[in-house]
Amino acid sequence: MLFRVFAKDQLINLYDILAVNHIVGPVSKGVDRHGAPLYDFDFIYDFAELQLDYTATIHSLKRFVLPPRETLCTFDLQKDSWQKHVDFNAYKPTVYFGLHACDINALNKLDKVLIGNVYPDPYYAAKRKNMFIIGVGCTPQPFCFCKSMGTDSVLHGFDLFLTDLGDSYFAEIHSARAFAFMSSLECREPRHSEHLRFVEVNQERMNRFTCHVDTTDLTKILDLEFQAEVWQEWGRKCLSCGTCANVCPTCYCYGIEENVDLGLQHATKTKHLYSCNLIDFAEVAGGHNFRPESHDRLKYRYYHKHRGFVEAFEESLCVGCGRCGQSCLANITVPEVIASVRGEGANHA
Amino acid sequence: MTAKEHTYLGVPVKKPKVAFFEFTSCEGCQLQLLNNEATLVDFLALLNIVNFREAMSEQSDDYEIAFVEGSITRDDEAEQLKEIRARAQTLVAIGSCACFGGVNQLKNRFNDLAWVKEQVYGSHPIESREAMPLSAIVPVDLEIYGCPIKKEEVERVVTNLVLGKSIDYPKYPVCVECKANHNVCLFDLGQPCLGPITRAGCDAWCPSNRLGCWGCRGPAEKPNVRQLRQIMHEHGFSDEQMLDRLECFGGFGQYVSELKSASKE
Repeated sequence: MLFRVFAKDQLINLYDILAVNHIVGPVSKGVDRHGAPLYDFDFIYDFAELQLDYTATIHSLKRFVLPPRETLCTFDLQKDSWQKHVDFNAYKPTVYFGLHACDINALNKLDKVLIGNVYPDPYYAAKRKNMFIIGVGCTPQPFCFCKSMGTDSVLHGFDLFLTDLGDSYFAEIHSARAFAFMSSLECREPRHSEHLRFVEVNQERMNRFTCHVDTTDLTKILDLEFQAEVWQEWGRKCLSCGTCANVCPTCYCYGIEENVDLGLQHATKTKHLYSCNLIDFAEVAGGHNFRPESHDRLKYRYYHKHRGFVEAFEESLCVGCGRCGQSCLANITVPEVIASVRGEGANHA
Repeated sequence: MTAKEHTYLGVPVKKPKVAFFEFTSCEGCQLQLLNNEATLVDFLALLNIVNFREAMSEQSDDYEIAFVEGSITRDDEAEQLKEIRARAQTLVAIGSCACFGGVNQLKNRFNDLAWVKEQVYGSHPIESREAMPLSAIVPVDLEIYGCPIKKEEVERVVTNLVLGKSIDYPKYPVCVECKANHNVCLFDLGQPCLGPITRAGCDAWCPSNRLGCWGCRGPAEKPNVRQLRQIMHEHGFSDEQMLDRLECFGGFGQYVSELKSASKE
């Protein structure tokens, strides 16, 4: 990896170089009822919209790589046959400007399932291969537990990663493309004092994490506590609204729907992201529902994230971004659920 | 309306004879059917419409599918509905009034209907009884929810009816569609919302326009009303404010009485 340092006022030049592409980054979405700022990822058309010092975004990047609704193909229906048209819905390279380590790690995890398996998902891959990713160091929030999940730093899956040193950015260059862009900026190799400052800034960040999840032996504990009463208690709170999965950067479950147009000459196959918390997630042909109870559905979401995926890939599917807990109206948070399953803490439900 | 012969993958498709009727309602759902000009011609071409007061002057009593808007608030409406039921193979209730009683059923909350009538109509003699959904009078085959109904959903239902495909509605709540539209949760903005317990299918029409859900589509399957009540309290909204919304369109009947008794405790 190569390192460079550049003055903060150079950032707009980097933006301008990249602005021939679509740019997605954190933007302001107003304030909440307590006056706290809200942020979300969105397309950016002006450098001034880019809020690199954002706390956390409401939704993950999924909107851009794994849209909630996506047309997989359309059909022209003829007398005794049909013509199928496939479009991967990726038209232009997109720059993702200002992703935190958790969200880059989330993409790396999705890659394992959606690109790395026997049947890669071409719709995801087409978008994923057209990304230029600029990471940026974050300020840990009270709900962030990425440190517990091992996703507080990122080693691959980005082109450039920026760390704020105060009056300058420390840039980790991870791709030839990024190196080419950086060569048009006024930047230089970091001095030894800046190496030290970089390490110091990262250490300061590490010390700011306040939220933790004990993952020791978690796969086994989840198996042991399959019948635990706490699942029922969380189930009674759960609204089965799927919000946790919809804001999650790594939930990828989906359903397929086929519809014929009104004119009966065309048809569309649409993919909808789904959530294992929704009541008919495990309903099969004939009408039987394998998980009619909300506590069962909630439990299986935890089993997929913290047990099944770990057994398959030796890492959790959760990146500890805390979005699910922040968005859950019933205040169901990963740290509290896991602590309760481990038999720790107060009775939360 | 006898456009060219319809075929689906070469197989001729029979146009069903269709009639539209309205009882006590604003007729807004029927106007919704005539909206969406981009697909209106295809929509009309798919059906053989024999009775549609909002759109044509000819009338016939020979129909297979009856789309019925409105709630039943008079004895003669109930009789007319029974006649429609007897003639139609498929009876489709359209809109919140037909499905749940709709806004009209708000008057049922008053113990003294004679007083209500006097307040609204003064000394004019007019027959009006408790507002009821169609299903309280006759069996209903299909319900299209919403106040008003969503044209896109009607188009999907009609296409599937014509092709003989199964018709499914979302069983999950509005939150799913609200999140799919990348909205900020209205509770975070200090507004109450019934989205977490209301049946989806409207594409989170109101929340996407920053208006909290009023539950016009009725309850999602197994809604967690008890938990939403607690959430309302945590966000500073009273049982009364929640009841205002739950009672507005009539879809939450059983949950309203549960909440009322819980509220008294």
